[in-house]
Amino acid sequence: MSAKNYLNVSYGARSWLLTKDHKRIALLYLASITLFFFLGGAFAVLIRLELLTPQGDLVQAETYNKLFTMHGVIMVFFFLIPSIPAVLGNFLVPMMIGARDMAFPRLNLLSWYVYTIGGILSLVAVVSGGVDTGWTFYTPYSSTYSNTAVMVTAVGIFITGFSSILTGLNFIVTIHKMRAPGLTWFRLPLFIWSNYATSLIMVLGTPVIAITVLLVGIERFFGVGIFDPKLGGDPLLFQHLFWFYSHPAVYIMILPGMGVVSELVTCFSRKRIFGYPFIAFASLAIAVLGFLVWAHHMFVSGMSPYAGMIFSFLSFMVAVPSAVKVFNWTATLYKGSISYDAPMLYAMGFIGLFTLGGLTGLFLATIAVDVHVHDTYFIVAHFHYIMVGGTVMAYLGGIHFWWPKISGRLYPEGWARFAALVVFVGFNLTFFPQFVVGYLGMPRRYHAYPAEFQVLNVMSTAGASILAVGYLLPMVYFVWSMRYGAKASSNPWDATGLEWQTPSPPPTENFEQTPEVTWEAYDYPSKDKEKEPQVA
Amino acid sequence: MIGFPLFPEVASTIAGGVDTLYFFLVAVTVFFSTLIFGLIFYFAVKYRRVSGRALSQTTETTHEGYALEIAWSVVPFLITLVMFTWGSSLFIANSRVPDQAMEIRIVGRQWMWKVQHPNGRNEINELHVPIGRPVKLTLASQDVIHSFYIPAFRVKQDVVPGRYATMWFHPTRAGEYHLFCAEFCGTYHSGMIGRVVVMQPEDFQKWLGGVTEASPVQTGEKLFSEFNCVNCHATGGRQRGPQLGGLYGTDVLIADGSRVKFDENYIRESIINPNAKTVKGYPPVMPTFRGQLTEEQILDLIAYIRSLTTEKDGNVR
Repeated sequence: MSAKNYLNVSYGARSWLLTKDHKRIALLYLASITLFFFLGGAFAVLIRLELLTPQGDLVQAETYNKLFTMHGVIMVFFFLIPSIPAVLGNFLVPMMIGARDMAFPRLNLLSWYVYTIGGILSLVAVVSGGVDTGWTFYTPYSSTYSNTAVMVTAVGIFITGFSSILTGLNFIVTIHKMRAPGLTWFRLPLFIWSNYATSLIMVLGTPVIAITVLLVGIERFFGVGIFDPKLGGDPLLFQHLFWFYSHPAVYIMILPGMGVVSELVTCFSRKRIFGYPFIAFASLAIAVLGFLVWAHHMFVSGMSPYAGMIFSFLSFMVAVPSAVKVFNWTATLYKGSISYDAPMLYAMGFIGLFTLGGLTGLFLATIAVDVHVHDTYFIVAHFHYIMVGGTVMAYLGGIHFWWPKISGRLYPEGWARFAALVVFVGFNLTFFPQFVVGYLGMPRRYHAYPAEFQVLNVMSTAGASILAVGYLLPMVYFVWSMRYGAKASSNPWDATGLEWQTPSPPPTENFEQTPEVTWEAYDYPSKDKEKEPQVA
Repeated sequence: MIGFPLFPEVASTIAGGVDTLYFFLVAVTVFFSTLIFGLIFYFAVKYRRVSGRALSQTTETTHEGYALEIAWSVVPFLITLVMFTWGSSLFIANSRVPDQAMEIRIVGRQWMWKVQHPNGRNEINELHVPIGRPVKLTLASQDVIHSFYIPAFRVKQDVVPGRYATMWFHPTRAGEYHLFCAEFCGTYHSGMIGRVVVMQPEDFQKWLGGVTEASPVQTGEKLFSEFNCVNCHATGGRQRGPQLGGLYGTDVLIADGSRVKFDENYIRESIINPNAKTVKGYPPVMPTFRGQLTEEQILDLIAYIRSLTTEKDGNVR
């Protein structure tokens, strides 16, 4: 019988639903976002099946519009935004900094409840007929014209927003106040830096979407003219407010992924990360600049062309820190000792797909080209390369990497490598053709489309079915490994992070003694040197 | 047999310029992704972990890093500067409407595009234009946001309710091209499509001729008296509003002392929300016509007001 750890210390629903342990809360989040991921994924499958043929034949136009709306709403607000911060962040932030828990454990539990209530409301919206405005809720369609469950969904998003504010707040305070002795800022893992930058955006940006949703509600219920010109409002005001949050939200989704990749690349190439301070400050630069680029979603909205130029310029600026990160990860491989375990495959997939996603972002920042590709499948392909090729790859890589720590078991490596490969192939087959069909001019959110676009759409649908298999595989073998997987040692990857200094799974209080830190996060060279006599 | 195109048709004067810039961006993308993928692949093979290979050779830390960091910050910065300058100047050039453009007005509503030519000829979800001369579109929306998109011309413009949007293009090849609504506008968004027919000028004239419908100016004139605009805006009598003849395109002095261009958007605002900017010297007594006029009727009135000169200034009776 193994020692008490956070999983077997107590049993029963109560011990989970009233837990204040950040690790258990992380697992609560893991279960809920996995549910939403597969729900959002099921909607995506239906969308792709409908688009197999040019005619709208599988579902009605109305249903199709609800499908892509719910896919977007669920994936953005209930999967991507909480994914890495709320699951891996909750689990790892205290452990990586040598703390026993978050600064505010009760607030942490509250954030999960708030998230769950918001999530249930959005499920109520699905069941009570769905919502058809697109996840962007553009007015006046959403505020006056749509007859669907707009407000239930919007209130769900409004409530869930508070869970990210609480999580962000908790991370900021925890990272400032609870680092172990000797753990200076520049000894922190980059995962902590990127979650810190993410938290700043969550705390500063989320209130704006809350206010915006509130204003839509006021217009819908009380007929106060805010966004609808028929009532004396301005539709573009909504777009400014919406993107003021929702563009930074893209960085809420990608920054934690960058943090995960920094951990994986170093561990599997046994190297210090190349250019630590540059990667750290690039995260902060992205967080700050991310707030200044929102109107690049509005180049063809009728906004002043000169305002468009300023936003175009700022959007290019945000590309620079992202490029810096990619170059640094690549340089980290140089003269490394690289092994190809599944987490590393995901990390390399991330770098490749994020590079393509980032470079195609430049097309959209270039105003003259954006005029043509705006609101086409080019955009759809671009942001899926960032969100799915980037964030989801990083998330899966992270889950694999820390699975031994989370569950105390090893996942089957062969299957995991195979799944990573399937995801990579399926992803590219799904989304690469969409760049082509987008430049051809196929608009997004089309239930039916001209026949000449069919071949590319069939490729996309074929890719999506491969991708679906790739996502189901880990689901199966992770569950399998919880019972049948080999027991994990405390540090199966020989990693340097503090989270690996404690047993797998860790005890409730994480560390028996508060660790004292005398090394920097990526001190792989000296760690390996210690072991050298045994190797030689 | 359905074709399987991989690149859109090139059918307007600006399409070539946009494509050139696009190919430049594709080239940059190919270069950098090949560089990154190539390096990853090369490192992945060259530095793969081999049991027995001493780890000590991999432990040194690079200190020449700073030069590299600066290089790979500055080089992308400079490249994006090129993209920015090129993209913005092309955009500004493309948004300047040529002087001698023919004008067509378009009203979008759930889920159709209504087109009217200056001589009164109407069409729905189709837009006939002659080859070889610039065409300027004035667009309005009756309900939600739509977006007028012609991929073959590389032009797109959102049509936001409550204000006019303008766009222009200069077709260079006869043929039929897709017309899409690009902004999600409700249930039958994907049915809000049509075609743009680019014709030889003589064919276009033939197509345009033989109209029985009234021209916008004629309809506008009728509306001008039906809605009693004429009572206040005509010369003589109890003149409470400014005479409108010759005002179009000029700057008018308004009550707070500033100047406003007397254009489509100003006329529209003055009909819907008359007291927002009243012309100096006139009392704010005009009633609002919000909800009483369709977008087409407002455009008819504007066409009529535009046609007025100082000699023929709305004194129609």
